[in-house]
Amino acid sequence: MGESIVITSGKGGVGKTTTTANIGTALASMDKKVVVIDGDTGLRNLDVLMGLENRVVFTLVDVIEKRCRLKQALIKDKRFNNLYLLPTAQTRDKNDINIKDMLLVVNELKEEFDYVIIDCPAGIEQGFENAVVGADRAIVVVNPELTSVRDADRVIGKLDSKGLDRHEVIVNRMNYEMTRNGDMLSVDDIIECLAIKLIGIVPDDRKVTISTNKGEPIVLDEKSVAGLAFKNIARRIMGEEVPYASLDGSSGSETGFFASLRKIFKGI
Amino acid sequence: MDLFKMFSSKVSSKDIASDRLKLILIHDRSDFSPDLLEMIKCDLLKVISNYAEVDSGEIEVRLTKTEEYEGNSPALIASIPIKKIKR
Repeated sequence: MGESIVITSGKGGVGKTTTTANIGTALASMDKKVVVIDGDTGLRNLDVLMGLENRVVFTLVDVIEKRCRLKQALIKDKRFNNLYLLPTAQTRDKNDINIKDMLLVVNELKEEFDYVIIDCPAGIEQGFENAVVGADRAIVVVNPELTSVRDADRVIGKLDSKGLDRHEVIVNRMNYEMTRNGDMLSVDDIIECLAIKLIGIVPDDRKVTISTNKGEPIVLDEKSVAGLAFKNIARRIMGEEVPYASLDGSSGSETGFFASLRKIFKGI
Repeated sequence: MDLFKMFSSKVSSKDIASDRLKLILIHDRSDFSPDLLEMIKCDLLKVISNYAEVDSGEIEVRLTKTEEYEGNSPALIASIPIKKIKR
């Protein structure tokens, strides 16, 4: 029996779909059997981030409305043959799916896969309800911004009230330079306010845009800092203890004369 | 950068964000709207007026930030200056 994880956030545009694609790909690269589900009916994008948009034939809605079997709707990934995508419909909406049907689909997939990762849409309406109903645990994605943290707090409250209390947070798009200059909420500020466990910090990385352009998740790029961060998150999901890279980003991201000077002044 | 900051008294935008965030979350979590606080204030005033003469212009009713007092739940703080006790 596998484990189902919902990737949620409340606010849109914080990186839920990117996180889903990358964690799914990273887990598959570590030999886990993985399926990623697009929960954003009507505004699907997970297929695009995975580079599988040309292979969509049947969708989640077709499965629920019994126009095909579940296996027929699963699309095998280009790179890993133990990774699958369950796309959703683009021309329907979130109210075309109900929690009962969604739960059946997730439970059926858990029989077959080690990890079922559900990409939750923004908002706290029907799409959210459908995405969380079958989840064993939740990962909340936040950006270091007031609006995102506030919405995440609402979502965490909702998850708690549903009894889904296995939840952790990813701080995505961390800009270490702005943090150092005192212009961005720190990871500590965020986890203290939300009172939630941290599972990963993903640095702001321009390469993410490039990887989206190509339809290749950033974890496939060995040199990318964001890719490495997602790989570490995948390992933590599997229960491994992975130490955090220095929280102020002083390792790797900055070298040279001024960096050493700053280290001397800070005494590190 | 850090040295420079030590000599300037300017508050960083991160600190502003952090303070605002704490207040926003208190209000979101407790479902306390400014209207509700105003209603509490009026009712408190009514009750206390039975016993004392108060300065209605100086009354302050607010929710605390989490770190102000022990524990995680916000507290309601009312500051009501009394002019004269009624006998």
